[in-house]
Amino acid sequence: MSALPFPDAATSPILRLLDVGKMYATGSVQVEALRGVSMEVARGEYVAIMGPSGSGKSTLMHIVGCLDVPTSGSYHLAGEDVSTMDEDALAHVRNRQIGFVFQQFNLLASLPAWRNVELPLCYSGVGRAERKKRAVEALERVGLGDRLDHRPGELSGGQQQRVAVARALVTDPALILADEPTGNLDSHSTADVLRLFAELHDQGRTIVLITHEHDVAESAQRVVRLFDGQIAIDGQVDSTAPSSLASIG
Amino acid sequence: MNWGETIRTALEAIRSRRMRSSLTMLGILIGIAAVMLTVGLGQGAQTQVRNQINQLGSNLLIVSPGSTTTTTGIRGGRGSASTLTTRDAAALSSPVVAPDIARVAPVVTGSQSLTAGTTNWTTNVVGTTPDWLPVRARSLTEGRFFTAAELNAAAPVTVLGSTTATELFGGRDPLGQSVNINGTAITVIGILNTAGSSTTTDDDDQALVPQTTYSSRIASSGNASGISTLYIQATSTDSLSAAYQETQKTLLATHGVTLAAADFTVSSQQSLLTTATATDKTLTVLLAGIAAISLLVGGIGVMNIMLVSVTERIREIGLRKALGATPRVVRRQFLVEASTLGLVGGLLGIVLGLVGAQVLPHFLNQPVTIPPVAGIGALGVALIIGIVAGVYPASRAARLAPIDALRSE
Repeated sequence: MSALPFPDAATSPILRLLDVGKMYATGSVQVEALRGVSMEVARGEYVAIMGPSGSGKSTLMHIVGCLDVPTSGSYHLAGEDVSTMDEDALAHVRNRQIGFVFQQFNLLASLPAWRNVELPLCYSGVGRAERKKRAVEALERVGLGDRLDHRPGELSGGQQQRVAVARALVTDPALILADEPTGNLDSHSTADVLRLFAELHDQGRTIVLITHEHDVAESAQRVVRLFDGQIAIDGQVDSTAPSSLASIG
Repeated sequence: MNWGETIRTALEAIRSRRMRSSLTMLGILIGIAAVMLTVGLGQGAQTQVRNQINQLGSNLLIVSPGSTTTTTGIRGGRGSASTLTTRDAAALSSPVVAPDIARVAPVVTGSQSLTAGTTNWTTNVVGTTPDWLPVRARSLTEGRFFTAAELNAAAPVTVLGSTTATELFGGRDPLGQSVNINGTAITVIGILNTAGSSTTTDDDDQALVPQTTYSSRIASSGNASGISTLYIQATSTDSLSAAYQETQKTLLATHGVTLAAADFTVSSQQSLLTTATATDKTLTVLLAGIAAISLLVGGIGVMNIMLVSVTERIREIGLRKALGATPRVVRRQFLVEASTLGLVGGLLGIVLGLVGAQVLPHFLNQPVTIPPVAGIGALGVALIIGIVAGVYPASRAARLAPIDALRSE
């Protein structure tokens, strides 16, 4: 499952941001959402990005997810410089390298679970039989092997998010990028999904999780805290961390 | 994403919004069916008129009386005067005066009640000469036509149209039977072959008698030599215009008038055909124009629905883009959806049009001829409308930024 896209890059970081800046022009006002962010994420790391609203964590997530490009600095994903790519190339990178998990699940209500999971494979030209096989495998991996033909409306919130995780896994991406994945879930389902992430991490997956919940961030290996478009704290999770840290988040 | 995938996705999108998709297609469907039927009706009417005119006979000129002018200067309509006489017919029959005229058949008509035993039937009684038969290119199924001798003698004989014969005698053989027309007992000597009935004039429902018999025995009043129409057959198609000139010159001379004051009108089959076809064409263009507008409205409907669909599916588009759909793939998906709506609507419209072409003649008493080209053309138009209506919504969908699209509620 974890065949490396660049074998020689095994030791190089999956993600390398160098002095990344992002300016937005809203009308006549210029907003500097990111101001020189530099960070690296190594293969197999499980990183949580935290920060209050307005801290630039959404902007960072968009750049990391190749949904947007930085206005300054550079960004390398799995050894490729993506900061200068055009729309089509970015779409291609998103398809191959990134598995998204969203707060809103973003499943297509008209399609059964397995059709939702195979969707990214449709855009990378994988044949029909192969797609179905891999979708079923991914759903079995997240423990929904018996829910293949259920539509999202027939599944609980936790199950829907697990379908979304299966969809993120199906392309065997370099990075799983989860944007507030537990924001819409009750505590039981939250624990469920976090346990799944922990398992995937144990299997060597690289995970970047964006959240504002301290409990959720604690499930990660490393927490990066953003404040005013800059990295305020970047450190390993310490279960005895002082509560003052949590108050930032 | 290959074309097969794209088409499958588009079909699923259409199917999952069944009600809306069918209403959208209904617009195209009605437009296409309307265009097909109006074109079909126009074609049918043109064919019908052409057949009617051709049925008159070949190389034919028709002389109708001109208009009357009262002492106060008010002109009546064409044919309101009865200025043609048997003398005109006689003059035109002369090979010296009119060498290009083969035959002349003067006709005088009137509606009369025919009685056979206890059966009554009102029909057109036509007084004419033996030349009527070849001039009008008709033939007999039974019996014989009246002869020149019978014409001279004003013999009480008649040749019936097939419909008239059936109405009067049912299954019995009408030959030799007696028919009472306006108090005169007249013997049936022949039955006309069927001409193929047209809706406006029924050439199978008439009773032909010698012109002399008509004026002396049947017509209740009027002058004995007056006739309503002259049918003139030219010697050949090439001599038709020469025959036209001779007819005009001779009649002007016998009537003693100038061309400006001519009290008759000579028309040829060709001129009748041209006039009738032109009128039909104008009407067809007008109707097809109205139908085309309804098709345009259907196209705008498709565009409207596609735009609503883009707005409604912003999240889906955003998701697809996040998962790796390039703008081109998104644009393609919406284009295929729009053109499928157009195409399926068009196909159903053609089916409705063809069904209409079968059903309508029974209600309208009008033939509907849909040329095969019209069906293929309609399908093409429906497809083009779908594509054109889909271009703008599709490019809007393709331009959506995936982040904004995903964030929208």
